[in-house]
Parts: sequence; C-alpha cells; structure tokens
Amino acid sequence: MQDVKAILEEIKTSPFEEVQVLAPHSGVVEFKVATEGATVHAPSGTWKEKPGTLLATITRERNSRSIYCTRKGEVKSIHAHLSGTFVEAGTPLLVLRHFFTKDEVTQLILKKVLFLFPAPERAKYLFTPEIDKKIKVSGCQCIKVKDGMELFIVSRMKREKPLNYVGPDGILYDVYFSYDQNVDASQPLISVCPEDQMDVIRDVVNRVQSDWEERG
Amino acid sequence: MDIEKSTQELADRLQYIKDIFGTRMSEDVGLLSAKLAEFRSREAGAALADKVKMLSQLEDLFVFVEKKLDPELTPMDKVRIVRHPQRITLKDILEFCYDNYTEIGGQDEYSIDPSMVIARAYISRRQGDKVHNQPVMVIGQEKGHGQDFRNGGSVKPWGNAKALQYMKVAETENIPIHTYVFTPGAFPIEDYPGAAQQIARNLYEMAALRVPVIACFSEGGSGGAEAIALGDARLMLSHGYYSVISPEGAGAIESGIRQGQRAPIELIESCAARLKITASDNLRMGYVDRVVQEPPLGARPYHYDFFKRLRQEMVLATDEAFLSVKGLNFVRARAIKRRKQAALADSESFFVRWDLDEGAADRLVWKRYSKFRNLSRHAYLDKTRLAGRVADVLRQMSWSTYSYFRYEFLGTYGKKFRHFLEEAEAEARVVAGRVLRPFKSTGVKKVDSQTIQKLTALSCAEEGVCLEGDGAGGYVSPKAREDRAVSCPNAPSHGCLDLWAPDLFGDFAGVCQYCGHHFPMEYQWVVHNVLDRDSVMEFGQDLEAGNPLDYVGFDQKLVDAKKKLKLKSACVTYEASIENMKVVVGMLVAPFRGGTVGAAEGEKFIRALSRARKKHYPFLAYVHGTAGIRIQEGTNGVIQMPRVTMAVRRYIEAGGLYLVLYDTNSYAGPVASFLGCSPYQFSVRSANIGFAGPGVIKETTGTDIPPDYHLAYNALARGHIQGIWDRREIRHNLVQAFQIIGGRNLYYR
Repeated sequence: MQDVKAILEEIKTSPFEEVQVLAPHSGVVEFKVATEGATVHAPSGTWKEKPGTLLATITRERNSRSIYCTRKGEVKSIHAHLSGTFVEAGTPLLVLRHFFTKDEVTQLILKKVLFLFPAPERAKYLFTPEIDKKIKVSGCQCIKVKDGMELFIVSRMKREKPLNYVGPDGILYDVYFSYDQNVDASQPLISVCPEDQMDVIRDVVNRVQSDWEERG
Repeated sequence: MDIEKSTQELADRLQYIKDIFGTRMSEDVGLLSAKLAEFRSREAGAALADKVKMLSQLEDLFVFVEKKLDPELTPMDKVRIVRHPQRITLKDILEFCYDNYTEIGGQDEYSIDPSMVIARAYISRRQGDKVHNQPVMVIGQEKGHGQDFRNGGSVKPWGNAKALQYMKVAETENIPIHTYVFTPGAFPIEDYPGAAQQIARNLYEMAALRVPVIACFSEGGSGGAEAIALGDARLMLSHGYYSVISPEGAGAIESGIRQGQRAPIELIESCAARLKITASDNLRMGYVDRVVQEPPLGARPYHYDFFKRLRQEMVLATDEAFLSVKGLNFVRARAIKRRKQAALADSESFFVRWDLDEGAADRLVWKRYSKFRNLSRHAYLDKTRLAGRVADVLRQMSWSTYSYFRYEFLGTYGKKFRHFLEEAEAEARVVAGRVLRPFKSTGVKKVDSQTIQKLTALSCAEEGVCLEGDGAGGYVSPKAREDRAVSCPNAPSHGCLDLWAPDLFGDFAGVCQYCGHHFPMEYQWVVHNVLDRDSVMEFGQDLEAGNPLDYVGFDQKLVDAKKKLKLKSACVTYEASIENMKVVVGMLVAPFRGGTVGAAEGEKFIRALSRARKKHYPFLAYVHGTAGIRIQEGTNGVIQMPRVTMAVRRYIEAGGLYLVLYDTNSYAGPVASFLGCSPYQFSVRSANIGFAGPGVIKETTGTDIPPDYHLAYNALARGHIQGIWDRREIRHNLVQAFQIIGGRNLYYR
C-alpha cells in the first residue's frame, strides 16, 4: 500500500496535469489562441453543449475543422512555428496545463490507495441484511470486509442471489450504489481501504477539501 | 357610500392608465394624479355631502380623460391592455355573462392545467311565460388577474387535450360551445401529447364538430389561440389583438438579436403596427366576423354594461349559427340581421332552440368549411389567366365526373355485379364438377412452357440495383460538385472519418457512411430520386406569395427569394407517380423564406388536396423544411392553420390517404395544424420536429433544453411521429406504405 501523505506531497509539487493537443488528422494548421499563458475553457452547459475555447483549425481537402479545448486551464506552450504549415496526424500542436480541483485531487489519491470492487453484471445490489442493519445504524466505515465474505445480494428481475466479496481485507470506505438503482457491469460497488491507512486517508482528504487552492 | 373604496378604485384606474401609456400622455396622467391627490388632501376635513360631490366630479373627470385617451391607443398599447392584470378574464365572463355555471375539472391551481378553464354554463331565455335554460360548454384560457399558476393563459398540451375532450362531450350532448381566447401563445413543450401535435389534433376535430362553436378573441396568440378558436362565428373584443407572433417575438426576429437580449422598444412598437393585429384590422381582413365594442381603454371587471353587451353578442352569434342551418328560420334570421346592425343587439326578445338534427349538423360542418375556404383569398397573387381558370374548372369537373363513375357508381354497382358473378361462377363450378367427374383424367397437371422457362433460366438483376450508365439526366446536388471533404457533426462522439463531398452528396444521398447522420439535401433530390422519372408534372405555379400587409422591406425579400430559387412560393405541388402509383405531392421547400407558410402556400396545399380528392390519388406532404407560419403575413398566415387542416380533414374523410414525411427542420404552425393532424407522419433520420425552437423555449419556460430535444428519435419516442426512415429508402418505404396502408386500390375506403 502506498503512503498517502507522500502521494499528496507529490501532487503538491506539480498540482496540474499537462495535456497535449495533437492534430486529429493531417492538414494545414491555423492557431486561434495567440499567447502562451492564455486561459482556456472546457465545454460547458448542462449537456456540455457549448464547446470549449477554439484552439486551432486544421484544414484538409478544403474542409476546415475546429479543434476545441476539452480541459479547463491555461496554454503552456504553442508550437507556433507550425502555423500555416501542413502537419501529419498526431503532431503535437499545443500543451495545456490543467490545474487540479479539490475533487480531482481527492479522486487521484483515493484511486491510488483504495480497492474498488466492481459489479459483475448489470443488476440492483443490496447488502446482506445484517450488514445493511449495521450500515444504517453506524455508517459504512464500521464494516470490516474479508476476502470471500458474503456481502451483497444481486437482484435482477425479482431473482436474487448472494455475491461474495473478493479482494484485500480492510474497511468499507464508501458505497457507490443504492438499493433502487441498477448498476452497470464493471462499475464500482464499494471501495475498501486498508485498516491501518484509514485515519491517514481521512485526514488527507479533509486537508485537501479545506486547504487546497483551486486555480483558474 | 364607501368613499375610501371608491378612491382606491380611482387610484387603480390611474395606475392602469400609467401602465398602458408608460411615459406617454404625461399631461393627462399628471392632471388625474394632481386631482386625485387634491381630493385626498381635502377629503379629511370635508363634510360627507361635499366628499360625495367631489368624488363624483373626479369620477366624471376620469371618464372624460379615458374617453379622450382611447383614440390615442396604439396597437402595442392594446397588447399591454390585454396582458394587464386588471383586464377582464374568463372567470369574470362566466360570472357576469352566464346565468349559472359549474367549472369542470379544476379549482384554481388544482387542475391539470389551470390556464385552461372549462365550464358547463347556461343562459336563461324567456319565451312567453316559459323560461328556457339553454346549456352551453364554455372553454377558454384563464389569465387570472395576475395569478402565477395560471401561466398567463399559456396552455400546456394537456390543457388543450382537456379542451378537446370537452368539445367532444358538447358534441355528444348536442350543446353549443363558446370559446374565449385569452392566450399569448401555447406553452412550447414537447412532452406528450406535445404542443404542436395537440393543437393539430384540436384543429382536426374542430373542423368537423357537429355543434356550433362561437369563438371570442381577447388575446389571440397564434397557435395557442387556434387550438380553440376554429369557430362558426368569431367575435373579437375591440381592444384585443390577434396575431401570428407576439410583437416582442417579431421584434426579436427583425433585429436579429441573440438569446437573452431584448429588442429595442421602438422596433417592437413598429412591429405591432406592421403586423395588423387589432380588431379593426382583423375585421377588415375577414378573420373575425364582428367586433364587440369595449369601454374606453378596455374592459375591466367593473364594466357591467360591457358584460351585458358581450352576453347579447354571444347569444346573437349562437342564434345565428343555429338559424343559418335550421329549416324554419326566415323571420328570425331577418330579425337577427336587423339587430346586428343596431348599436346594441338585443337577442333576448326571441327564442331559438339550441339543438340540431343530423341534416342541420351536416350543413353546419359544410358551412364552416366553406367559410374558412373563402378566407384570405386577397392575400396571395393568382396570376392564372381567365382561359386557364376556365380550363381548370372544366378539368376539375371532368375529374369529379370520372371519379363519380369510376369509384362511386361502378364502385357500388360494379362490386355488386362482381359479387353476383363470383357466386354464380362458384355454383356453376360445383355443377360442372359433378357432371364432368366421370370423364376427368387423374394425371399430373401439365406445366406450361413459360413457367418452366421462369423456373429454370438464370434470373436477371432487379431493375435499379445497378447504376445505369453515367447517371445522365439524374439530379446532381450543387454540393456534390465541390472538390472538398466534409466532417460529420457526430465525428467527435462516433469517430466518423471525413467524407468527400461528391461521394457524400452524390452516391451516399447525404448520409454519413459511419454513423448514419443525414446531411440536408435539396428538395430536388427527392423529386428526382423518389418520384418516377418523367412522371413529375408541377401544377399551381401561377399562385405567388405576396405581401398582403405591405410589411416594410418584405417585398424586396420576396423578390430576392423568387429570383434566387426560381420559385414563386415555399410550396411546390406535383402530380407524379412512384412505382407507377399515381400520387399528388405537396412540398414545403426550406430555402424559400425558411419554408414558411403564408396565404399562397396554404391555398396551393388546399388545391393540391382537392386535386387528390377529385382524382382519388393518395397525397404525400413532403416537408423539406418549414420554420412555421410566415410572420410578415400576420393573421393571413395564421388562418392557414385551420384552413388547410379543414381541407385535410375533408380529403381524409372522403377516403384519402394523407401521408406526411418530414426532412431537415420542421417547426411551429404547419406542424401544429395540417401536418401534425395526419395519422401517418414519418421522418427522415436526423430531422428535427417540434413546436418552438430552443431560444423560444428558453425565453418562455425559463428552462434549458437538451441539444437533441427536437430530434426525430425523440419525437418518435414521445409518440408524435410514426416512424423514421433512411433517406435512401424513402422511395421503397413510400411504396410499401402506400400499398399497405392504402390497400389494393391505394384508396382505402
């Protein structure tokens, strides 16, 4: 198991992700963002129907196609020398710097330290009655799970069958399903955290939520 | 006398004047304010007798100023009047015009749609010593003096469905219907039954309601108004408006502003004037039959004399509707005519029984059809020469005569004769079989050489499977002549590769080979690829779109459109065949002023339907695209909604097969009337079908809608259309539909 604090420190040293924008196909490139350091926006709107900032156009066979920004952030570098020239598919055009939000940092840490138990098939999932009772009384983090433990009931079209947990031992960190909603196959049902890491993780997540400064 | 109450009423009247005129007429408003303030300051120390006297003088002054201001009202002022919370509402009318009423299916906000009020009411009339309580179904939008839950009289689809349900109830009960139009427009949502589709259904049913419908307009906002206003008599309140679009909407379109912005107020005022929305304009154009005069500056709930007048007018109009189709009516019909000319009609002095027998109901429906058929004839240009018109009349007579002999005479007697022959043949066979049985050989049946040839020879490829020659004479889209690549709009989500324009718009018929997205094609593509080659005969070319309201700047736009597209209106009508099946086609062409429907388009559509009915051909309405009713034609355009729907109903009732096919984008009025009323509506993939565009929905409902809200698949899921076709299969599907729905004779009754 990885050291949570070390992961956080690592993220802190470079609190961003660099996204390379590549030419989707060959063509003549025309950049639409002028300066390095310019702020760019991701698609917005309820349905992400409003496209992000227009970064460049690429023209092939008299067909001009727009390249829009997909992540919020700022332009780190532009390969300006390519402007007006013919490039091949996959040629790097720009590098964007996306600064992590609180949620992204939390997700990054949790993804590294937690074990996610996936749903084997599309169905509704429930905890077994005694586990369910405990969760309702004192929350999910009071449950210790063990490999092979009978934890879930799979309910599909009125037929029910038990499902055993398979994975490392630990504490049930979070639950990602509800009894009345279908869960798709391979979507996570629960996350499990090693018992000794539990306090550290809680502490780090709280610190991220309270202290992390979002940029841009 | 309650001085305080009367003073408050005067203050309300002053506020009303201020709201209507805004900053204009400040002198009169100032005078009234000063006098009211003076009265209030002197009132405290004065004796009661003096107070009453002063108040009476002040009231006289208000009456005088209101009378003086009334002629100054502009069309936009009238829009403000009908939307004012002090304006009379349907509930006031029910209270003061009818002798008793019961509201049906709603109590304030506890209703499926509080903006639509339905009531069973009665009007008591005396004949000698007898009192007759004449029942009537009252249907109308309720604005509710500013009650939020009434939604300003903007009715949701289910509200209109409720109205239709009770119209049918009135028909069953054989009682007349009074409708009151108090709506700025229908609430533009697509949830089932759908704004457009429900209005279309209402119009279709109202076209043949077998009881009189008397409509009275206060605020007649386009499609929402038409949903209940297709009547035998249409009255209009003198300070109301009846329009194709709100002046604000017209202003927004004129100024080309984007969502969220407001058009300049001067432009909105001038649009209100240009659209000719007032009662006198509509009376002049013939879209309302009579104007009910209101008190100066519009009727408010305390104008009891006005309610008396309105009651008289409604009763008179109902009497007239009944008498015009009843047998014994001579004296009373003349009396009504005389009384209509009098300033205040007195309809209570004689009695008309409000019920119809079968024959009279038939006459009523026919009269309603004729009335609407004759409307808006001044609003289009018909350049057919006299000789052409005579020839046309003769041709139509010959079709009717042929159809009569072919389908009715021979259809009826021929069928009987055929049935007799079939029976006789069957009898003869039995007898022959018995007589000849001893002489019959029992050998194997001999197969003729033709069948052997058919079964053993190699088959040829079906016609049309292979491309023939170099496609000479076929249609080539101008977009296919460009040497360029085209990206599919679904490329980011579906990974579609670029397509070469000559491939895409040529061989692929505008369909993305990777995801099936349909790019828009020209209407000529359908003419050349769906209809049989050399079978297409256009008719009605001499009908031209005009500018009946002399809308400023529109003449030039029309000239440009006509020149550019070499068309004279947005509707093109053809007689053609598909796989040798004769068919009449009515097309709405998107590039001509957005495929909007005005008087010329409506008339062409009606004539095409009439041709199909007389020749007993199926009818295909191909909607290449339509943005709605042409706003520059005002009510001349709106009236096409009931007009054409009635023609569709007549065609369908005569046994015709009316099939609608949507392509690209189809919105608003036409979908909410003569297209949406078809029981067989299909759509080409990637088309958008709906009532109002996203901008209008956002503005009206305040909610964002998803980008795929109007997509054909969603329309199908909501039950608005009956199927989605691939463009490359239109011809095949049409043949299939005509054969299966139309039956053996392509004429299903």
